[in-house]
Amino acid sequence: MSAQPVVMPDLNRRVPPLGGFNVTFVRLEIRRLLRNRRTMIFTLIMPVAFYFLFGYSSRGDTVGSANAATYIMVNLATYGAMVATMAGAAMVSVERAQGWSRQLRLTPLRPAAYMATKIVTAMTLGGMSVAIQFIVGAATGRHLGLDKWILCGLAAWLCAFVFAAMGLFLGYLLPSENAMQVMGPILAVLALLGGLFVPLSVWGHTFREIARLTPAYGVGEIARAPLHAEHFDWAAVPNILIWGALFSLGAALLFRRDTKRV
Amino acid sequence: MNNTPVKHAAAPSVAALELHDLHKRFGRVRAVNGIDLTVEPGEIVAFLGPNGAGKTTTIDMMLGLSTPTAGDVTVFGFKPVDAVARGLVAAVMQTGGLLKDLTVGETVKLTSTLFVDTRPVDEVLQRAGILDIADRRVGKCSGGQQQRLRFAMALLSDPALLVLDEPTTGMDVEGRRDFWSAIREDTQRGRTVMFATHYLEEADAYADRIVLIRQGEVVADGTASEIKELSSGRTVRATLPGADPARLLTLPGVDGVEIRGDTILIRASESDSVARYLLTETNARDLEITARNLEEAFIALTSSDAPEAATKPAQHAESIRSAR
Repeated sequence: MSAQPVVMPDLNRRVPPLGGFNVTFVRLEIRRLLRNRRTMIFTLIMPVAFYFLFGYSSRGDTVGSANAATYIMVNLATYGAMVATMAGAAMVSVERAQGWSRQLRLTPLRPAAYMATKIVTAMTLGGMSVAIQFIVGAATGRHLGLDKWILCGLAAWLCAFVFAAMGLFLGYLLPSENAMQVMGPILAVLALLGGLFVPLSVWGHTFREIARLTPAYGVGEIARAPLHAEHFDWAAVPNILIWGALFSLGAALLFRRDTKRV
Repeated sequence: MNNTPVKHAAAPSVAALELHDLHKRFGRVRAVNGIDLTVEPGEIVAFLGPNGAGKTTTIDMMLGLSTPTAGDVTVFGFKPVDAVARGLVAAVMQTGGLLKDLTVGETVKLTSTLFVDTRPVDEVLQRAGILDIADRRVGKCSGGQQQRLRFAMALLSDPALLVLDEPTTGMDVEGRRDFWSAIREDTQRGRTVMFATHYLEEADAYADRIVLIRQGEVVADGTASEIKELSSGRTVRATLPGADPARLLTLPGVDGVEIRGDTILIRASESDSVARYLLTETNARDLEITARNLEEAFIALTSSDAPEAATKPAQHAESIRSAR
């Protein structure tokens, strides 16, 4: 072997920009998410089914100054965005359990770019969930000014970032192939406490006060604000800021621990 | 290919892999205890050692998957993480997980989006021998097919150094042969390969150089034949009814005596004098003297009661390296 001439490889190779974050990767990730039947059902189909079951039938009623069916539609769009962003972010958990995140460490993808990919993927799925709910709403006679459609939609979608952060936090906390089976029921309870399934006014005072501190309350309240601004509870703003910051901080700390250990 | 290899008339200036006084401690366990190693471009090096010797821990540090407690690692002069980002080093790891919900082809395609320059997806699938199962879900692939998939992913960046941790685990005989012929082809074009294995035949057949480690230290480093010589000594075998093992053990240079019925097996560093004794002083017949094979050398050098090889690793390694 020593008789062979030594061939020196070219060492001038490029490093991908943005730590490997790229659109093709995000697109493949979204396609992967959508191919998962359970994710499809829980994030895109179930909220719409709830709308037909509980929203469309109450189209003759009002909640405050808003049409009940529209009110329920916005609540369910918020719920859908919550489940979708969380499902997207919680993929971290499955990928860590399967050892995929370790495999990715053998590629130029930096851990921070991996996390960014997960956030973008999660937010895209959340946006799709809101859009589908609104399209179905508009098709079944929900009337809102264009400005309100946009404001409600953006609010439900952007505030769902809290749940993308929560998904990442839990994803790094519990490496499990079945993370969503744990998170699904948690989300249902949070949605109930947040007044997304029934208005908090149906409950007693103490329960209402506790519910106002839970993370889904802020998201729902802000998403509904364009419908009946006069009822807006300003506590919703610190609510999402504090929960968003707590989950992001938790996710960042666990992410750093994970990156060191892998 | 974008990366046309540059031919150097003189020796290359930068090592493919350089480990300097590498240590890794987990609590009170010293998994890697001061490894120095230089691998030149184009070498095929087998990393051999018993379970728990520190092979995987060392490989993890070469790839930037874990940080050394002390010492350092460079790959073509780069820190491991930077070498990975440039696609200079790729690896087939035992532990690297795959996504069961993707197909074989999608897995490679997804991975290829992460590099700046890559070989075509179909080409690496072909090279790894899995082009025909590109549409199969990873979850439905056998262990050997998944291992070939990891190999295909490692080929994507056309790495200058390929690190393989027990690469042929789960492959059948034919698969193993195909795998090694693919590896051979690339090394002729200048790729450096370092592989950990517990298949001694594999190390013997495919490596230019074998690095034996034990308890986190290099105990021997050389070609297969040099390693065999290292655990000096031969086995003298003869037929001798009613042999007295105690007497045989007192002979000079005898390490061990084994009696199997009428057959005696004597491991000795001075096989000639043992043979002379047997033939002149006893009724021994059918006498044979055999050199140790690599497996025996491996066991002798890495077992816990290993002789001086274990106590003077640096000297051994050095003497052999300088002999090359």
